Amino acid sequence: MSKLLGSIEEAIRATGLKDGMTVSFHHHLRSGDYVLNMVMDAIAKAGIKDITINASSIHEGHAPLVEHMRSGVVTGLETNFISTSVGKEISRGILKKPVIFRTHGGRPADLLNGRSHIDVAFIGAPTSDDMGNCTGKFGPSACGALGYAFTDAQVADKVVIITDNLVPYPLTDFSIPEIYADYVVKVDKIGDPKGIVSGTTRITKDPVALKIARLAVECIKASGLLKDGFAFQTGAGGASLAAAAYLKDVMLKEHIKGSYVMGGITGYLVDMLNAGCFESILDVQCFDLNAVESIRTNPRHQEVSDAQYASPGAKSCAVDGLSVVILGATEIDLDFNVNVHTDSNGYIMGGSGGHSDTAAGAKMAMIVTPLVRARIPIVTKKVQCISTPGSTIDVLVTQRGIAVNPARQDLLEKFKAAGLPVVTIEELYEKAMDIVGDYKPVQMGERVVADVVYRDGTVIDHIYQVED
Amino acid sequence: MRIIKNAVAGTMESSDLMVIVAPSEEGLDIQLQSPVKKQFGESICRSVREVAEALEVRNAAISIEDHGALDCTIRARVETALLRAAKED
Amino acid sequence: MRRTMLFLPGNNPGMLGNGDVLGSDSIILDLEDAVSPDQKDSARILVRNALRDLHYEGCEIIIRINDLETPYWVEDLEAVLPLKPDVIMPTKVSGGAYIRRLADKMTEIEEKNGLEAGRTKLIPLLETTLGIENAFEIAKADPRMAALYLGAEDYTADLRCKRTKEGTEIFYARTRLVNAARAAGIDAYDTPWTDVADLEGLEKDALLAKSLGYTGKAVISPRHVDIVNEVFSPSEADIQYAREVFEAIEEGKRLGKGAVSLRGKMIDKPIVERARQVLENARAIYGGEF
Repeated sequence: MSKLLGSIEEAIRATGLKDGMTVSFHHHLRSGDYVLNMVMDAIAKAGIKDITINASSIHEGHAPLVEHMRSGVVTGLETNFISTSVGKEISRGILKKPVIFRTHGGRPADLLNGRSHIDVAFIGAPTSDDMGNCTGKFGPSACGALGYAFTDAQVADKVVIITDNLVPYPLTDFSIPEIYADYVVKVDKIGDPKGIVSGTTRITKDPVALKIARLAVECIKASGLLKDGFAFQTGAGGASLAAAAYLKDVMLKEHIKGSYVMGGITGYLVDMLNAGCFESILDVQCFDLNAVESIRTNPRHQEVSDAQYASPGAKSCAVDGLSVVILGATEIDLDFNVNVHTDSNGYIMGGSGGHSDTAAGAKMAMIVTPLVRARIPIVTKKVQCISTPGSTIDVLVTQRGIAVNPARQDLLEKFKAAGLPVVTIEELYEKAMDIVGDYKPVQMGERVVADVVYRDGTVIDHIYQVED
Repeated sequence: MRIIKNAVAGTMESSDLMVIVAPSEEGLDIQLQSPVKKQFGESICRSVREVAEALEVRNAAISIEDHGALDCTIRARVETALLRAAKED
Repeated sequence: MRRTMLFLPGNNPGMLGNGDVLGSDSIILDLEDAVSPDQKDSARILVRNALRDLHYEGCEIIIRINDLETPYWVEDLEAVLPLKPDVIMPTKVSGGAYIRRLADKMTEIEEKNGLEAGRTKLIPLLETTLGIENAFEIAKADPRMAALYLGAEDYTADLRCKRTKEGTEIFYARTRLVNAARAAGIDAYDTPWTDVADLEGLEKDALLAKSLGYTGKAVISPRHVDIVNEVFSPSEADIQYAREVFEAIEEGKRLGKGAVSLRGKMIDKPIVERARQVLENARAIYGGEF
């Protein structure tokens, strides 16, 4: 017996995919993904339309989706992140139905509690056998962890595994077991390795970002949280990554043994594991080849599902154990609400990803950002879109001062005692306004183009159409 | 001050702007390209006019390619370009 | 505090906008070598506007103007002096006459603009063999003189030898300059470390300068600021010792002793003076009670 079919087209027929259904994709192949485009092209060719896509993230390479949206093949989108090429068109109103934005924790929660439903899951797997035991750890298109595919595999009515590396049954050391797979398809390439494991991002040289990173680490030291058992997560670019590098130096110097580290896993975090700064890595997603190599070979580098990572509906999840998380923002307002969905012109260019989840779970959630970016103030009176509520954000670090959420008097006292440059967020706002001059925030249109659904299922904000 | 020739000031670097000034007989004509046009377009044009006025330039074609420059930089580059454009060789 | 002075190219708005947050005690807005001749006007107007609008916080503002041999220096002064920078840095200064000519022009411009005469200080760049020879004369040439600053790149060209990391070739210039500065009662800045990536070498070089008596060191990269600040800041041990000096003096007063000793050494005037300096610097850097 074999679940192997000859082509994606055949698999689509076999699943019984019809107009109006929902299909799903994970984003582990990132900007090198071919799967979503191949499947959507095949769906369009088969004359199927009015499809809703439920994808963990939409990347730049998914620009062909715009044409499918225009032609009515795709009429709905549920996701945790949308990159600019598609985001801009959503903002211009290309879909009649509002997009549903969730978080990396909220998406599996809603799949498991039945609030959202997948008819057919298409799971790109770098290696699979013909019964659907599959993994991301090996193969020419290896991507490491397949965290965002686990829940889809479990709950979708039909599951199609798409691989470019078919191995004899049974694949051992699999991530997703055969019990969930309906069909397996082999294609020439599921993605471009150059885009999948885009190489370790270099640590920024920008002196302002480095200063912010240093201040962030000073905050961590002053908070009293940096001791044995420390659990940490950070982003993969700019000041966030630089902060990880400074933190490593501090942890090594002071012989601090952290417990686990999370994030989009990069070679830098793998270095921290190997240097003894942490006991383990909990990995829902790998960003580079070093991370892929590590998850393949090191038992203390553990793959986890999206639900285990961040689902508030799970019996427990990893974000709740975090001591500190370092995050970014496109905007933050006087109530510490953070926007990571839209840019200064109101166009969708992102999404929560794990932002809200980690901020909610961590003992100290820090936003690191320059005060002003290309004349746009990052601290504003009111954010255009609330991605993460201010009640879960504790500290804002900029190159011109550190603001602490008034609800955290404990941190405020500790930072002051450590001689850190603490100011109020109002003062940072005034400084930003002084620097940028006569600022007129953009006015948005009337029509709702996206709903922002918080990890607990409530709609915390809407995103409106951009008036071009 | 009379604009007698073309002149350029500034660069295309982030936080800077490129200003191109050319002679004109029809008052101040300001063309603005900016990633923050919606937020600062009015403010930028106002600053350009004020700088031109302070130099008593009544006729000029001023073209600006902005890369998120602050007001003091915009005024500086416009002033530089206007002075260069009015300078006898 | 004068531990670090960081060079910022005068024609670069991105760097000018964030100059004051990079951690150096002083920033040098450079109208000279960092700016090509065809952009001197552009840089001058940009720096003038930056001084006027950017509200630099927490650091000393130094403007490096063009050489008195160029046609630019008077316009440089006329543009920036009315905005009350803390210091003007002239280059290739070889003798006292240069300083006096510059200081006179500064006074003239200050008076014309209704500014407090003598307010803006001078830190000249000594980068010629003649300048090193005349270091003391330069240091005493005008009440505006705040420090001497060594420029080893041009100096070694003048010496006709190679500039090396070990710095043996500039040893005489280094010691002569700091000696002259101290003899005149002003500060001394060491030459910048030019290998941006070699941070170990930078630290060694800064430690050498400190051991020779320098107040601080110029830096050409933001990456060098923290290391040099650290070197020229009083250490915990320095601060502790300084405290003990004053405690010992108090104790001596109470017991009616004429001479006081600490850790087996007599506490004489130079030790007290050094201790006082350390506590003053500590206060300036760390705030609070010292």
